[in-house]
Amino acid sequence: MFSILRDLLRFNVEFLVGFVLTALIFLFAAAHFFAPYPDTAIYLLPPDMPPSAEFWLGTTSRGQDVFWQMSAAIWNTMTFGLVVMILSRIVALAVGMLSGYLGGKADQALMTINDTLIALPNIPILLLVYFVMRDQMTWPLLAVTAALLGWNYDARLIRSVTLSLRNREFTRHAVFAGMSVPQVLVRQHLPYVMPVVFFTAMNNLIWAIGLEVTLSVLGFSDVNRPTVGGMIYWANQHQAAVSGIWWWLVFPIVAVVLLFLGLFLLAISINEYIDPRSRLSRMGG
Amino acid sequence: MDGFAKYLARRFLQFILVIFLGVSLAFLITHLSPVDPVEQSVSLMTNFGATDPRSVELLRAALSELYGLQGSFFEQYLAFWGRVLHGDFGPSLSSFPTPVMSLIMGALPWTVGLLTLSVLIAWCLGNLLGALAGYFRSNILLKLSGAAVMALHPVPAYIIGLLLLLTFGFVWPVLPISGGAQMNLQPGFSLVFIGSVIQHGLLPALTLVLVGIGSWFISMRSLVSNIVTDDHVVYAELGGVSSATIFSQYVARNALLPQLTGLALSLGNVFGGAVITEFLFNYPGVGRLLIQGIYSGDYSLVLGVTTMSIVAVAVAVFIIDLVYPLIDPRVRLG
Repeated sequence: MFSILRDLLRFNVEFLVGFVLTALIFLFAAAHFFAPYPDTAIYLLPPDMPPSAEFWLGTTSRGQDVFWQMSAAIWNTMTFGLVVMILSRIVALAVGMLSGYLGGKADQALMTINDTLIALPNIPILLLVYFVMRDQMTWPLLAVTAALLGWNYDARLIRSVTLSLRNREFTRHAVFAGMSVPQVLVRQHLPYVMPVVFFTAMNNLIWAIGLEVTLSVLGFSDVNRPTVGGMIYWANQHQAAVSGIWWWLVFPIVAVVLLFLGLFLLAISINEYIDPRSRLSRMGG
Repeated sequence: MDGFAKYLARRFLQFILVIFLGVSLAFLITHLSPVDPVEQSVSLMTNFGATDPRSVELLRAALSELYGLQGSFFEQYLAFWGRVLHGDFGPSLSSFPTPVMSLIMGALPWTVGLLTLSVLIAWCLGNLLGALAGYFRSNILLKLSGAAVMALHPVPAYIIGLLLLLTFGFVWPVLPISGGAQMNLQPGFSLVFIGSVIQHGLLPALTLVLVGIGSWFISMRSLVSNIVTDDHVVYAELGGVSSATIFSQYVARNALLPQLTGLALSLGNVFGGAVITEFLFNYPGVGRLLIQGIYSGDYSLVLGVTTMSIVAVAVAVFIIDLVYPLIDPRVRLG
């Protein structure tokens, strides 16, 4: 594991840049544990101060320090993304592997449901869920809803990998040796599926974070809990772009774009590492 | 021809299933939620005085009839299907007494126009650039444009839109950033009005193009770079077929098939991006209608727009499925 990481860092520029970006943003987010102000407090500092030695990234019209707000916001947003990612990976793995291994009618039924769910537009459904829940919409609930909507592409991908494993010699051996279906799937097939899961996990994380930013920008989440989208929401509520408080808008946008870039670079370089064909073409130049 | 009929039947079944499941899901979400929409609307209205108990009682009865919340769960479900099939979601509360359906119908052309145009541009441009970048791997210009397109790909629609809005609305104010057309113009087929519509649509469309183009570029490039090593391409190269013919007839054509399937699969997500973009640019489409409905607590409007957008996306996917056999002869011949 560590040797793979070392090789990737040494030979793959995309991975290096992505790794450094993500690590820096992670450290920045982790810094909120040492914040001098509580992250939900408002009107604590003089409002609308431009970036200075005292307030590095300025203060908001709500009297918050942009630097520490952002730190807590990125932490919360990343937590949301990770929770969605882990939950939806579990569903995608279960559906994809079962469908690919069982084949026949079960496969057809599962994939029909899967294809049906793919064709449903996510955002209107999430908005409808928010609309009927209103104040009872907490971020874990939102995460579960997002996870239930975000597994179907990857289930198909995992299924195609399992499908090819199904007719391999070792699967037959395992079955003859008396292993049950869950045993075959977990002990024999899971190691082969894991690289694909890892790649889809990165993409899913990007998707989930994007979803969180989008929904909280509209104010459709707990707006008092600092999130990246929530910061932009409050900046819009106070007309920050019109009144020239640019630091309130620009820094969160820059941070979130850097975070997306870092994660995306990690995702594509991991994908390249998993796919031997593109590794060959890199060696060939 | 037999294979074609089979293909069509299968696609049609899938289409029906999507609509059935989507509409049922919309019903379940709204009816299983712990929050009562009637109570919510009542409290929204009684916030501003008017709290005569008798009129509140009347209001409650009227609202539960309006929302179709009378009778058993199953009766409500059937009644909901009746509403969907008749396209009747009752009057909108926030712009009473206009029916929800006529609000949606007024907004739909804007969304359909914006989406069709920007999806087509993003798909064509992304595929063309991706195919070129996959075929001519060492071209510096293509590598650079690829890097730019891929850097935009993971950024959500709202952020890209906001950046465009700040750039062209505040830093360098050259484009209108709000609305679908100039306010004082009479809608119609006049040159001024159409020009204004195009001008107002530029930024929303650009946002959606920039959001969409990356994924087409990435998948097309990897598809093409795999096909390039296929035997039939190597054979054609050795046979002296010109590289332009190889590119267009041997490589790009084959790679387009999965991309068309991808287009059908991505429409649901694309619609989500459009909702956000419309809201950001105050574009008078279905997405803005949905978000306004949520802000004003308009139950019928939100339910109507959600249901109709599920149906509309399903129809668009079905249309792409119908086009598919024209491009892939294997489906036509069975």
